[in-house]
Amino acid sequence: MVRENNLLVDRCFDCMVIISSFAELGKNEFLDPRTAQVAIIDHVKQVCTEERPATDEELPSPYVEEFRYALDAEILKYIGEAYPKGVCSVYCGNGKDVEGPGADFELVVVICASRHSPQNFCFLPLNLPVSNSTSINLEHSSFLDTILVDMDSNGSWRSVWNIEFKDDIQVVDLNGKLQVGAHYFEEGNVQLDAKHECKDSTIIQAAEDSAISVASIIRHHETEYLASLEASYSNLPDTTFKDLRRKLPVTRTLFPWHNTMQFSLTRDISKELGIGK
Amino acid sequence: MEAAMGLMRRMPPKHIETALSALLSLLPQHSSDLLSQVDQPLQVLCDVDSGKEFILCEYNRDADSYRSPWSNKYHPPLEDGSLPSPDLRKLEIEANDVFTIYRDQYYEGGISSVYMWEDDNEGFVACFLIKKDGSKMGHGRRGYLQEGAWDAIHVIEVGPVEEGTAHYRLTSTVMLSLTTNNDASGMFNLSGSIRREMNMDLPIQEGHLCNMGRMIEEMEGKLRNSLDQVYFGKTKEMVCTLRPPSEVVMRLPET
Repeated sequence: MVRENNLLVDRCFDCMVIISSFAELGKNEFLDPRTAQVAIIDHVKQVCTEERPATDEELPSPYVEEFRYALDAEILKYIGEAYPKGVCSVYCGNGKDVEGPGADFELVVVICASRHSPQNFCFLPLNLPVSNSTSINLEHSSFLDTILVDMDSNGSWRSVWNIEFKDDIQVVDLNGKLQVGAHYFEEGNVQLDAKHECKDSTIIQAAEDSAISVASIIRHHETEYLASLEASYSNLPDTTFKDLRRKLPVTRTLFPWHNTMQFSLTRDISKELGIGK
Repeated sequence: MEAAMGLMRRMPPKHIETALSALLSLLPQHSSDLLSQVDQPLQVLCDVDSGKEFILCEYNRDADSYRSPWSNKYHPPLEDGSLPSPDLRKLEIEANDVFTIYRDQYYEGGISSVYMWEDDNEGFVACFLIKKDGSKMGHGRRGYLQEGAWDAIHVIEVGPVEEGTAHYRLTSTVMLSLTTNNDASGMFNLSGSIRREMNMDLPIQEGHLCNMGRMIEEMEGKLRNSLDQVYFGKTKEMVCTLRPPSEVVMRLPET
């Protein structure tokens, strides 16, 4: 179970549930739309205690489900290619009971990828196998093989895409919120916190074609965002960081500590002449 | 206390102040230890006599007042506030003057303060502080940063002079935060702190100030370099682990 602000991913039984407000049915119940299962979570122990099939009322109409299912398949494909440890869910945000063309509905794509080093359980004690059911899955779970790679660091990538299907204008509006965090604390403590929002739109097509174009828009924006993060990093040494402290003094030579008398003299003279401070 | 320090070492830097105040209420019996061991962003006061700003820290504090290095007076005024000896004060004045120029050359702005006091074993301790606001509203010359803070604390313990040589033990901490924000790439913030130690035995013919200054200059260079190369680099590596740049992904199926 991995907690990231309001997104919590739980591997319970044989499905993966992203515990977020979008998946919340009741206060302890979270829907996994892919398997149509509902996980019942004990928030105190932060484990999944039980699982049940979702009821018809909890699931979208067949019409909306067609769009949701198609998008989920495309996003899964994309996640598999782009995020080595990524998980995703596609929910119906609004209009889940829309039966056919003529009304608006909204899908929400949640993507998250995270890495946590096992040494830092003080923050993530719940990564440890807590119950038998979770431990079985954790043995097969992929995050354990990152142990030797990242010792003292954590990181997470989260994207939430609100996708509104606007029937009257036949347009799909996309609104993405991307958030990336990384934390490295070996003999120091340094953190990256980055956020970005983006908008785009496309036209409404049949479920499968809509899914393909929505997924490709998401892929495009997330790829661009990664490139802009890399650009921010490469601007650091010579531009951004320089406004905090230069690598070398303005004189481009090391500070003349052996000859600081010259400064007091020049200062005295400028003071007497009434120039400078 | 050990657990508390372990926690603070791993706490995301921008939550340090919140975490510290939480720990203080949980462990009131350790409050002075916590306050002296956990580095917090530096605060500044204005010296009423000289009109110049000075930096506050544990080393210029007496009761609830802080001594200005410019006027040697406590703010708010404090009777019998402890002062360095006249000789040490002379060195302190010189150090403040020279460090002001050093700071200007490397930081192109910012505030610096140097405090000195006698210690128990015939030597003395000096604390060199720098605070720089590198944002475009502050002293950021190039205007790249929405927000940018660099706080450096250098504490040097200088041992007694023996056969023309003194031992210097420097402990330096840098805390920083920088944020860029634009439409194309959104909000990008890096923040954190590192602390390192350096020990040296140096001949004193060029004077303590010269030795201390060189050590600080070397240390600041190293800290800046580690932050830039190692720490920022590690967070970038993490991002690329979460989502490898496309070239890497393309190669995956072949392996």
